[in-house]
Amino acid sequence: MTGNLVTMGAYIGAGLACVGMGGAAIGVGNIIGNFLSGALRNPSAAAGQTAMLFIGIAFAEAFGIFSFLVALLLMFAL
Amino acid sequence: MEQFTIKPLFGGHELHWYTITNQTLWMAIAVVAIFTLLVLATSARAMVPSRMQSVGELAYGFVRNMIEDVAGKDGLAFFPYVLTIFMFIVTCNFLALIPFSFSVMAQFAITGVLAIAVFLTVTVTGFVRHGAGFLKLFWVDAAPAPLRPVLAVIELLSYFVRPVSHSIRLAGNMMAGHAVFEVFAGFAVVAVISPVSVVAIAGMYALELIVAFVQAYVFTILTVVYLKDALHPGH
Repeated sequence: MTGNLVTMGAYIGAGLACVGMGGAAIGVGNIIGNFLSGALRNPSAAAGQTAMLFIGIAFAEAFGIFSFLVALLLMFAL
Repeated sequence: MEQFTIKPLFGGHELHWYTITNQTLWMAIAVVAIFTLLVLATSARAMVPSRMQSVGELAYGFVRNMIEDVAGKDGLAFFPYVLTIFMFIVTCNFLALIPFSFSVMAQFAITGVLAIAVFLTVTVTGFVRHGAGFLKLFWVDAAPAPLRPVLAVIELLSYFVRPVSHSIRLAGNMMAGHAVFEVFAGFAVVAVISPVSVVAIAGMYALELIVAFVQAYVFTILTVVYLKDALHPGH
């Protein structure tokens, strides 16, 4: 057993931060699923809403990226 | 990770603001590529477009329709700016997928500058067009009166967080994609799992092609959405 405690803590923290990506995954899945169920009911209105779909995905996904960033900071910047 | 480090091209280790680095090189390549594409696309001006001209018209029409749909006709004043942003990001993202190239958009400094430029443009445009009326953006008339000050604080916070999330989304996505390539490439040296990892890299590459375009699209459309706020404040 070598290495120090701070590095160990940082690596455990980086792993824990990645749990946050699961939340982003659920959010993106929710958006796509709801979009698809709406689009299949009224396909003619779906084409006009793809921009909103991507904006929604972008907002949901941003938080997954934040947790990824925290993991990166813990691993390389500490 | 080594693939994201910025190195001076012509020897030395010190970085100054004028040092020519691999980052400068790939940004210059992107600019030359865009310039070549758009000049070749528009120089013929044929009635029946050639292949090159179709690509140029596709990019032009794509961004123009996006602005018209989201921000309306008066948003078209910002069309050159938005097209520049879109072409630069999408070209840098695709160039970064060439092996041994450098991912410009994985640098938080680059996306940060782009996002701050958008933030300043939106704020200045809002105040120039509407004066103090731009502050109505933070005052939600549709909400019940006691809630309005609370909502104003939240809206103000979310307004100033915009450049942060705007830049980190793009850089984080590109960085994550390239880091995944590196991790799977690391698995490829282990003989037992190397076929799996090579197939996985091929699959990830296809996914990254989509991500490269979608992230450029998302950055552009968020720019247009923010511009819409500046042109038509109030909910």
